[in-house]
Amino acid sequence: MNVGVLALQGDFREHIIALGECGVTGKLVKTESDIKAVDALIIPGGESTTISKLASAFGLSDLISNRIADGMPTYGSCAGMILVAKSIIDPASDQETFGGIDMQVRRNAFGRQTESFEMDLAFKSISGAPIRGVFIRAPWVESHGPDVEVLSSIEISGVTHPVAVRQGRAMATAFHPELTGDNRIHRFFLEDVCKK
Amino acid sequence: MSKANEAQVGGARVKRGMAEMLKGGVIMDVVNVEQAKIAEDAGAVAVMALERVPADIRAQGGVSRMSDPDMIEKIQAAVSIPVMAKVRIGHFAEAQILQTLNVDYIDESEVLTPADYEHHIDKWNFTIPFVCGATNLGEALRRINEGAAMIRSKGEAGTGDVSNATTHMRKIGSEIRRLTSMREDELYVAAKELQAPYALVKEVAETGKLPVVLFTAGGIATPADAAMMMQLGADGVFIGSGIFKSGDAAKRAAACVKATTFYTDAKVVADASRGLGEAMVGINVADIPVPHRLAERGW
Repeated sequence: MNVGVLALQGDFREHIIALGECGVTGKLVKTESDIKAVDALIIPGGESTTISKLASAFGLSDLISNRIADGMPTYGSCAGMILVAKSIIDPASDQETFGGIDMQVRRNAFGRQTESFEMDLAFKSISGAPIRGVFIRAPWVESHGPDVEVLSSIEISGVTHPVAVRQGRAMATAFHPELTGDNRIHRFFLEDVCKK
Repeated sequence: MSKANEAQVGGARVKRGMAEMLKGGVIMDVVNVEQAKIAEDAGAVAVMALERVPADIRAQGGVSRMSDPDMIEKIQAAVSIPVMAKVRIGHFAEAQILQTLNVDYIDESEVLTPADYEHHIDKWNFTIPFVCGATNLGEALRRINEGAAMIRSKGEAGTGDVSNATTHMRKIGSEIRRLTSMREDELYVAAKELQAPYALVKEVAETGKLPVVLFTAGGIATPADAAMMMQLGADGVFIGSGIFKSGDAAKRAAACVKATTFYTDAKVVADASRGLGEAMVGINVADIPVPHRLAERGW
């Protein structure tokens, strides 16, 4: 299986390293022909407005949207979660998403960089030690449709906010497993989400 | 379910991780809301809010300080991308002020007039991450030792002359490559010569890279400049005066963003370079007397 990492902007190299630790040689993709050649796609952390503007400037947005809609396994972390959402609350001007998961996300939901944090998370389908979630100006899932499965969530003042979700062959996390050296999330994507 | 009160803020991983998310992007100097919006629309990954761009600081002279909090907050309200701001080297009280404003990154910058000619800020004391300038590997590692979560090569700000940016990026890169080729027992002397902590020197020798993200800055004015600096190993680019001191700022900003992403694709960089109007006029670094060169500030 050819796994691509969208390399328009962000921490795409860290995803390539995480894939490598799972025994998969990931490919950096940033052109139409690159994207057509992969079987699965990871959309990395980064600045979601920048990634979406570059994707649209180079005519990649529709291609990525269509491939995700056609069932290409896709995983988005942080900015990637925003980009696979059906919609964004309060988007930046003309910011578009690729879609893939029936959810609405809130950008910078936890606040600015001073509020960026890490914490242990319980993650459905992954047993053993908790997952260390690194949240950097992270989004959360504000609302989602019935077909979306919540894999992990955080409770703030009695309100539950999903921070990891999947729908069919699309998965998203508000945090960055690629920054922790723990590759269980990537393994889950490769061994479970991609094979559904 | 995980409860939010278990969260840990301000650790090295979220500070350095924030810079990881900026990689492959362009950070633009802006002096007002209008420029900040142009930068965001062009695809900037962050903006640096300041009262005068380096070219004007250079032209007008005088003491240059942290920006007015009102001005920074207006820019924070206008854009959703991260907002950075500068403090004078060593001026920890200016940094404390920026921390209360919740800026996303603090630049302890040689572009402003230094407040301390001996000590830099102890950056570990802050939850906000810092970026600092460096002209060589030893300087970069000293800043990282003080808590910098991101490094930018200094170049010579406000000139539009990219030559010092290339000098500093090449210098940092070649000093890293030299460390990776050394015997382990040679690293002690290397640390002494670099005037940098042994533990960091050893880490760089083992990994072949800085432990934090390395951007470039100081004199980048065209898409070609950005592409060259990326090919020289920069993780991303700061553009100060180069955009808003040029003819068509919006177009030049978008062109620099494209060139930074597709830096190995000369055809994309060529297309991005077309019809940008007048570039900033600039000054040759060689014409600036050494005491007036900003890159000399920092120790």
